[in-house]
Parts: sequence; C-alpha cells; structure tokens
Amino acid sequence: MLGGLQTIVARDLRLSMRRRGDVLNHLVFFVIVVTLFPLGVGAEPNLLRAMAPGIVWVAALLAAMLSLQRMFASDYADGSLEQMLISAHPLGVIVVGKFIAHWLVSGLPVTLLAPLVGVQFDLSQQALAVLTVSLLVGTPVLSLIGGVGAALTLGVRGGGVLLALLVLPLFVPVLIFGAGGVSEAQAGMSAAPHLSLLGAFLAMSCVVAPWATCAALRIAYD
Amino acid sequence: MATEGYRLDSETSGSWLLKLAAPQAFFPVAGRMIPWFAVLAVLFALPGLYLSFFVAPTDFQQGEAYRVIFLHVPAAWMSMFLYLVMAFWAALGLILNTRLSGMMASAVAPTGAMFTFLALWSGALWGKPTWGTWWVWDARLTSELILLFLYFGFIALTNAIDDPRRADRAGAVLAIVGVVNIPIIYFSVKWWNTLHQGASVSLTRAPSMATTMLVGMLLMSLAAWMYSIAVALWRVRSIILERERDAQWVRELRGVQ
Amino acid sequence: MNWGSFGNFTHMGGYAFYVWGSYLMALACIAGELALLARRARLAERRA
Repeated sequence: MLGGLQTIVARDLRLSMRRRGDVLNHLVFFVIVVTLFPLGVGAEPNLLRAMAPGIVWVAALLAAMLSLQRMFASDYADGSLEQMLISAHPLGVIVVGKFIAHWLVSGLPVTLLAPLVGVQFDLSQQALAVLTVSLLVGTPVLSLIGGVGAALTLGVRGGGVLLALLVLPLFVPVLIFGAGGVSEAQAGMSAAPHLSLLGAFLAMSCVVAPWATCAALRIAYD
Repeated sequence: MATEGYRLDSETSGSWLLKLAAPQAFFPVAGRMIPWFAVLAVLFALPGLYLSFFVAPTDFQQGEAYRVIFLHVPAAWMSMFLYLVMAFWAALGLILNTRLSGMMASAVAPTGAMFTFLALWSGALWGKPTWGTWWVWDARLTSELILLFLYFGFIALTNAIDDPRRADRAGAVLAIVGVVNIPIIYFSVKWWNTLHQGASVSLTRAPSMATTMLVGMLLMSLAAWMYSIAVALWRVRSIILERERDAQWVRELRGVQ
Repeated sequence: MNWGSFGNFTHMGGYAFYVWGSYLMALACIAGELALLARRARLAERRA
C-alpha cells in the first residue's frame, strides 16, 4: 500500500514539475494578494498588524482554491483517472497520494513563504512562528476538503468558481482558528488551543475527505 | 441515462411505502397532499399572526421592534431544519439508490435558502433598531450567512451537472459533508464571536419569554413547516415531470403521443 | 394588545420600517416562490 502511495505522490510531483509555471503562478498570486491589502487599507502599522493574520490566511485560501482543480482535472481529461478507478490499488490510497502531492506543491510553499510576507506587516517573531505553524497544520486541511470539492466538480461547467463556492464556506472553521491563533500570539497569549483545534480539524478531515472524495469520483464516472 | 421503462425492484415490489418510491406513483399522491398542507399552513399562520400582533404586549426595552422575532425565529428554525431534511433525503437517495429521494432533496433546497435569507433579512432589520447597526457579527447571524452559502453551493452544484442522477448523488455527498460541518462551523463562529464582540448580549435573546410569545413563535414555525411541505411537494411534481419527460405516463398526461 | 387605531398599528411605535420591512419581505418571498413554482409547473406540464 505504501508503495502505491509513493508512486502516486512521485508521479503527481513529477507532473507538477513539468508545469512549473502553474505552481509558481499560484505562489505569486498568494504574494500579490497579500500585498494588495496594505495598498487598499493604508500603511498604518497598527492596523496592518491587527489585520495581518486574516489577510495572510485568506490569501492562502484563495491560492489553494486556484490550484485545486489541478488535482484531478488533467487525469480526468486524459483518461488516467479512469484507469486509477479500476486499478488494483485501493482508490483511497490513490486519493490520499493526490492530497499529499497537492499539498506539497501548494500548501507547503505557502507555509514556507508566510514568514516572508508576514514581515510586510511587522509581525513579531512569536506571531510569525505561530502563523507558520498554523499554516503548516491548516493547509493540509485545505487540500483535503478542497479535494472533495475538486472531485465533485470534475468536468462540470463553471468548475473553478463553482469549486470555490462549494468549498470556501467549509473552510471557515480553519480560517477562524488559524488566524485567531496568530492574533492570540500577538496579544502575548498562548495559541496552543487554536493550534490543537486545527490539529483536530486535520484529523477529522483525514477521516472524512478520502471517503467523500472516493465517493465523488465514483459518482463522476457512473 | 435513459430512464424510460426502467424501474428498480424496490419501486415495484413490497409495501405501499416502497411503491410510493416510484416517481410515477408518488406524483398523484403528492398532488392530493398539497392542498391539505397549504390549508394547514394558513390555519397555523392566522392565529400565529394574530398572537404576534394583537395579543403579545409591547416590549419594555425594544418597543414594537421585537415583533420581528415572530418571523425571524421561525425562519431561522426552518432554515436549519430544512437543511437537515435536505441532507436526509440526499443521504437516503445515496444509500437506497431511489430516484425520488434525490428529487426531494432538490425540491427542498430553494425553500430552505429562502428561509435562510428571510432569517438574515429580518435579523438585520431587528438589529438596526436594537443594536444600531444593520449587520452584527452575532454568532448565529454569521452562521446563518454561511448556511446560506452552503445552500447556494448545493443548488449551484446540482444545477451545473446535466445528468440528473449524477447531480443528485454529487449533491448528496456535498449535503452530507455540509451537515457534518454545520455544528463545527457554528461552534467556530460562536467562539470567534464571543472573543471579538465582547458584549455578552445576543440578538436571539428575546425579551422575557412570555407564554404568548412562545406560542406565537411556535404557531408561526408550524405554519412555515406546513408551507415548506406544500411547496416541496409542488416543486417535486415539476421535477418529476421534467426528469421523466420521456416516460409513457408523462406523455399521456400531457396528451402528447 | 389594543392598538387604538389603524394608524397606530401601521406606525408600530415608530418601528414601522423594521417590522413591516420584515413581514412584507416575507410576503414578497413567499409570493415570488409560489409564482415561480406555478410557472415551473405550467411549463413542466406543457412541454413535450
């Protein structure tokens, strides 16, 4: 089973690397969106510091939205997804592999970039650390729940925007506790409860998302 | 997939309940039920409105503005109840693979969205005179707004997929994921709200719950429930006709051969 | 609850806009939903 997982992750990563432009574009989008907010609300440092957690998190959500279609779209288009459905490997393993590969090229780079963009908002070291950890725990949830949405909207017209419409409301708890934790850290208090809750969401998504995604993929091919 | 002449075993054999699972059998039954529920809705609404406007006294703090709760609370209750109903039918359709269940879920969704909108609208109109602003980031109002988005998502997804069977089943997965998320979303928003708002008062704390007010809200809720059933039955009849348009019985109904 | 006059009733103690704004919107939504449904039913029964 682990071998199959490795294969899928390696394959998807290789495919992503061939289209490096796509991956980089989403990261650049993330950085640009974060930069737009100070330009829109003014450079008042206290205001920016207060808004920073929310802004970075929302930008991370939006960047994740953009990249989610990629999870299944090209495999659906060229027929390899159908092959995966009838292959000897359990679909759950394949799906988890795709989640991991997606996170590695979208959520993880965003997490690594976060301290850099956080500097734009004059965040303290403490806050930057919590921001990074919260994104580290929270972005996989985006890949998981987003994967369900991507599977549900396979080949459906209006796909990208429809996917965002479906999935963004479901991200609200992650946003609330992710950004909330950083705000707590800024106030000098412990962000541990928030991060624990994010961990709980991650655990729950790990259980629900693979099932829902497999169900959605089978529905798409019925 | 062509559905002409195709019937599932569960739809032709077994008890009368299972027989009703066939759209063709349910169509006339639904038609006969609609007037009853419509009448019930009116029968509950009339005393409900009478209580709301002519029996319930003026509130000491909020004046006459509080009368909005006789609309706001029932609408909010229905918005949540209908989502559960929708998810129930959707899940049933996934498990039993009956066509009618998926149709019922789609029939309920628009009415649920409407009540969610009314809850938000009336909530805003209640908030303005009592709290001074049109929109308050009250935990329940914010969760209602997200619930509206969840309804929109379900409606958008089922409308975007052309194949009705796929649409029903994709919608079902979405509805189930949504139902699981709703308590989590509510809990998150409530936590977020208490932290950020500071003020301990909430929009839903109605002025001292006199019996009259409770009865009034209950009657209006029952009226809304009966209305929802009548409307859902009416809508499902149209859905049945639309989906089964190639079936012989529909052709005969329309007098087209 | 004695309103005294119809004028008092419509005035709603100064909150007419909020109270009637809510109930009239509800009426509009219900009327709209019923009208749309009637139209949908008519089309469904007619279209071959």
